[in-house]
Amino acid sequence: MSKSNPTDRLYSKDHEWVKDNGDGTAAVGITDYAQEMLTDIVFVELPPIGKKVAKGEPMAVVESVKSVSDVFAPVGGEVIDVNKILEETPELINQDAFHEGWIARLKLSNAEDLKPLLNAAAYDALIKEEKH
Amino acid sequence: MDYCPHTPQDIHQMQAVIGAGSIEELFADIPQKFRIRQMPGIPASLSEQETLGLMQAIAAKNRMPRVTLTGAGAYVHYIPAVVGHIIGRAEFYTAYTPYQAEISQGILQAIYEYQTMIAHLTGTEIANASMYDGASAMAEAAVLCAKMSNRSRIVVARSVHPQYRQVLQTYSWANGYTITEMPYTATGQLDLAALQNALDDSVAAVVVQSPNFFGCIEEITPIADAAHKNGALLIAGFTDGTSLGVLKPAGASGADFVVGEGQSFGNPVNYGGPYLGIFAAREKFLRRIPGRLAGATVDKNGRRGFVLTLQTREQHIRREKATSNICSNEALCALAAGVYLAALGKNLGKLAALNIYKTQYLKNNLLKLAGWKEVFSAPVYNEFALRCPDAQAVNEKLKAAGMIGAYDLQKDYPALENTLLFCATEMLSKDDMDRVAEIIS
Amino acid sequence: MELIFEISKPGRSAADIPASDVPAIDIDEIIGGQYRRADLDLPEVAEVDLVRHYTNLSRRNFGVDLGFYPLGSCTMKYNPKINENVAALPGFTGLHPEAADEFARGNLELMVDMQKLLSGIFGMADFTLQPAAGAHGELTGVMMIKKYFEKKGEKRHLMLIPDAAHGTNPASGALCGFDTVTLRSNPEGGVDLEHLESLMTEDVAGLMLTNPNTLGLFERNIEKVAAIVHGKGGLLYGDGANANAFLGKTRPGDLGFDVIQLNLHKTFSTPHGCGGPGSGPVGVSAKLVNFLPVPRIIKRDSTWAWSSDFPDTIGRVRAFYGNFNVIVKAYTYIRSLGAEGLTRATEMAVLNANYIKERLKPCFDLPFDRVCMHECVFSGNRQVAESGVHTSDMAKRLIDFGYHPPTIYFPLIVPEAIMIEPTETESKETLDTFCDAMIAIAKEAKENPRRVKDAPLSTPVSRLDEVLAARKPDVCWKRS
Repeated sequence: MSKSNPTDRLYSKDHEWVKDNGDGTAAVGITDYAQEMLTDIVFVELPPIGKKVAKGEPMAVVESVKSVSDVFAPVGGEVIDVNKILEETPELINQDAFHEGWIARLKLSNAEDLKPLLNAAAYDALIKEEKH
Repeated sequence: MDYCPHTPQDIHQMQAVIGAGSIEELFADIPQKFRIRQMPGIPASLSEQETLGLMQAIAAKNRMPRVTLTGAGAYVHYIPAVVGHIIGRAEFYTAYTPYQAEISQGILQAIYEYQTMIAHLTGTEIANASMYDGASAMAEAAVLCAKMSNRSRIVVARSVHPQYRQVLQTYSWANGYTITEMPYTATGQLDLAALQNALDDSVAAVVVQSPNFFGCIEEITPIADAAHKNGALLIAGFTDGTSLGVLKPAGASGADFVVGEGQSFGNPVNYGGPYLGIFAAREKFLRRIPGRLAGATVDKNGRRGFVLTLQTREQHIRREKATSNICSNEALCALAAGVYLAALGKNLGKLAALNIYKTQYLKNNLLKLAGWKEVFSAPVYNEFALRCPDAQAVNEKLKAAGMIGAYDLQKDYPALENTLLFCATEMLSKDDMDRVAEIIS
Repeated sequence: MELIFEISKPGRSAADIPASDVPAIDIDEIIGGQYRRADLDLPEVAEVDLVRHYTNLSRRNFGVDLGFYPLGSCTMKYNPKINENVAALPGFTGLHPEAADEFARGNLELMVDMQKLLSGIFGMADFTLQPAAGAHGELTGVMMIKKYFEKKGEKRHLMLIPDAAHGTNPASGALCGFDTVTLRSNPEGGVDLEHLESLMTEDVAGLMLTNPNTLGLFERNIEKVAAIVHGKGGLLYGDGANANAFLGKTRPGDLGFDVIQLNLHKTFSTPHGCGGPGSGPVGVSAKLVNFLPVPRIIKRDSTWAWSSDFPDTIGRVRAFYGNFNVIVKAYTYIRSLGAEGLTRATEMAVLNANYIKERLKPCFDLPFDRVCMHECVFSGNRQVAESGVHTSDMAKRLIDFGYHPPTIYFPLIVPEAIMIEPTETESKETLDTFCDAMIAIAKEAKENPRRVKDAPLSTPVSRLDEVLAARKPDVCWKRS
């Protein structure tokens, strides 16, 4: 059973989350629902620090035994930090997608990018629909 | 002869279950206008005895050489009897790719052992389960380097096997990459100064071979340094795999990828195939390299077992994003190589030494002939280039004596007039080599 | 089982080296000490232990000679033994690829005849035997398409690939610089013609089609498909992985295919050796002949000879010309079966697939219920819904009944896919006992799902931890 989606952040339709730090930066990861769909994650390919990504562009890659999925940048920006621990322990995403399993921190290039994203309630509704 | 066991009664019963009035009904989806009723130009069937007779007659039209003096990418070596017996076991011989690990532990473990031996021999940390041949392994390594670096130029030494360079050219053209060739010097080795000049930030990989096509051993460390200084990777090939029994492998001198032909390890020359593409690399490229990999793991009771692993690299999962499309490889040839290497063990070093003795003997014999000269000064393993008064005449004489002569280098290197590339392995006896010199003189 | 390294003991060897009949010399002096390797850490075992090691490994492996191997899309037919005897003749194994043509008259004649036979069987203008495997042939074929448009001065950057295609198709397209576009299947399992029409523009180089497709269904609208592709100047590529379905019944060349790759280790019975060697000849229509890879075999002074003098060629894709020894086996097979044998093989392969389809239909979901060709595709959806038993569980359980499982989870458009290809060499008794096993497993899935999920129960290892293998890869043994 998925963990509930925290209300302190926003969500994309591709199942990424963004937590606005309020200082022009944001943390990004994939949702608990996404990790559940992917099953056991075996490898995470992190972006290089300094990489500039446009909103919707592939930013990282998560692999399970039988699938490879792009993680799309839910907002545009520059990668200022990545969760290096995932290189050794990708299972952190399975265990704690919303906290310990964060993927990257971005310096936002445009705060407007946040606007169209879903809040927790809207995202709850989206995954409820997908499950049917 | 056909191999369908059904009796007319079986067919009748099966049709009844299907509800088909005739076999023809099963082909109703093929539009009538495209149906054929016979196979034009295909001969009638033969009994097994007739088939054997026919094929023996075809084989007999070949002339089997008494002596082969050419290497050039394919090497005649003695194959210990155990190799054929092991690879001929039907459990290996008639299996498909080990998709179902629980009933494929035999080949998966054998490939894991092969990967281990190859990584050690090449001085790297990892090796895959095999590629098609040495040339395609080299080309795939180059394509991978370009894809990883987003660079589009491959720099290759002209002392690399000409046919390997052609394959590299084909793969590079298809992917939109360009090739720059580097000259060799009077030693027969890559011109390092020219390489240093050619390198810039558009170069994804430098490709060399050691021993190279002329048989010469390359100085790998400075080449690796030059490549790395410019952010390029070094792909190093080799000619005859048995050279690794005595030579320092390129992986121990800084190469990022070591690729080459593994035919020498227990596989016959087979008029060109099947062969064995060896692909070995530094550990950091493990999740990027093409081809299959056997990996160790445990079952749910904690017992050691083996699986095909990191399959997300491969085309059946990554599809258009895969860096290679390879599926079938040369697993049985890799098995043969594993058995061969395990059979020889440390004797691979002795075998390599014997190849060097024979090579020096043949070379010294030929250099006694009037007008014969050494072309390159670098040390060689079991091939060497000699200039002679009339290369074509030499090969004609050898041919008349039932021998496959030396490789005529002028075909690929117009500047190397009347230059022959000889190869001596343990298969040549002293008498053979004495006779070669006699025939030529 | 122990690794070969774990039974190694210094001082042993299973292969001796003859004493030198020429003077032994100081190797350091000849090649220089700096070029010598530091250590040679290969296994050291006696011959008897080596043989037992690999023989015991072989006992943990499953091949066609041991039992039924209905691996869909892989055509695991019986490999006739005479082919092996023929291929082992010294005339075929012992010749160096650079031997002068005078030494290789038999080999050249065999390959020319093979090209002619394949051209006749498939209705193509010519064949190359150079590619080493099916995917290699596919790459070669797509390269020829690229060269064809390059020569015409047309910039076409798209390649259409059906959603049911093998993963090699998009990979091959991408490796030749094409962007791949997915073409939808229609509800009958064939090409969605409207979608094809909307996608097919003058930016599209071609369509890579498998016919019969990966559902085992023949493309009924093949004529229209070819017309749409050709109508915009595109080329039709045929993936010959499923050629065992139509030999003697129709020919790809007549259907409008411009290029087709074969898998000799599937259709023409050469043993697959745990993953190769294969062999992937490529046939072309007249408009692509000039682009074939070099070398090619030509007639010179009334005998056959090698030539690379073809200015429009894509070049070389392999150092030497093809997996020759595999070609010998396939040639032997074709000559031994002859026209009537090859046709009968097709008929029996299709009969067997339809028989299995009918027998299993009551127990498993059949997403496309129509006459199939050489293979049939079921879905394990019903079992998942009823008891949570997945296709992978049932596949593992089949192992306990003595069978190699079918191909599973492919094609991707069928959820929980079970793809069964019996081939023509299996008897009715074999098919019946296999179907009985499948039916028993379907029943067991309902009654005792735990048992199915625990399968296989009869193998030297139980299900292996693939997650661990991928998270902490261990692909080479290290001395601890």
